[in-house]
Amino acid sequence: MAEHSRALAHHFENLEQQRDAGELGMWLFLTTEIMFFGGLFLAYCVFRAWYPAEFVAGSETMDVTLGTINTAVLLTSSLSMALAVRAAGQSQRRRLVALLVATTLLGVVFLGIKSYEYHHKYEEGLIPFGGFPFAYDTGRRAGLVTFLNLYFLMTGLHAFHMVVGIFMLLALAVLAWRGGLLGERSLPVHNIGLYWHFVDLVWVYLFPFFYLIAVRSGGH
Amino acid sequence: MRHPTDNLYYLVFAALMVLLLLTVGVSRYELGAWSLPVAAGIASVKAVLILLYFMHVRYSRPLIWLVAGAGFFWLAILFGLTLSDYLTRDWPALPH
Repeated sequence: MAEHSRALAHHFENLEQQRDAGELGMWLFLTTEIMFFGGLFLAYCVFRAWYPAEFVAGSETMDVTLGTINTAVLLTSSLSMALAVRAAGQSQRRRLVALLVATTLLGVVFLGIKSYEYHHKYEEGLIPFGGFPFAYDTGRRAGLVTFLNLYFLMTGLHAFHMVVGIFMLLALAVLAWRGGLLGERSLPVHNIGLYWHFVDLVWVYLFPFFYLIAVRSGGH
Repeated sequence: MRHPTDNLYYLVFAALMVLLLLTVGVSRYELGAWSLPVAAGIASVKAVLILLYFMHVRYSRPLIWLVAGAGFFWLAILFGLTLSDYLTRDWPALPH
């Protein structure tokens, strides 16, 4: 019998089968996430068709500069995550730890900018739930409330996924620092990487749908 | 498992950044009814790049293609059947 790798759990035939099973499990979870966010994106499309003018008015309250910076921050974190997965596969311990920490920090920067935006919405009286002061009691109220509710629900759910991802990245960084997760043990880095990229992918749609539908000056 | 090279990751990242600037740039022009399809189209190109390269789908087994494809196939059913109703009926005016 061929020598047994210590990374192989006893209920798998070989390392390849073990890795394939783990990767498949992660993808099954991600399909449930596709449908989870998908329902909210569908609600967005239906309400946008009902309230086109109000959605444009709502989008005018968004800060495009901050949104663009945040998108760039998140895309950069996806790059460092992809490089981290490669470093894990090639057993480069120091590089793996550095890239995991970099990805975590970029995630924290994203959440920091998002918090600033939420706080700004509070100051402007644009939080239509929870008993916060809401400044818009004039016409088109229902559509604007719907837009802002969807904005907070969808970006909030996305931010929650980021928080979960950041804790998982920190755990990976500690394990990698102790010398784990390298070579044939790198599947957790790959799977958390899939999760992180998926969360990035959701934001790729959230950004134009909420920030970029306003008709702004400078165009024709 | 095959892996893309670091250089390919940098290339994909550069493409994603260009597409980000493109979608922000295009949003400055009034496209009317086309603004949602254009924004969704650019976002989908970015999503495909992330899926194929960052998420390794291009280098994965057919089973992973099947599972990932099934997720988006059911998403298409959800959108197709729902919107074919909501976008084609003459709904009464909504409260403002």
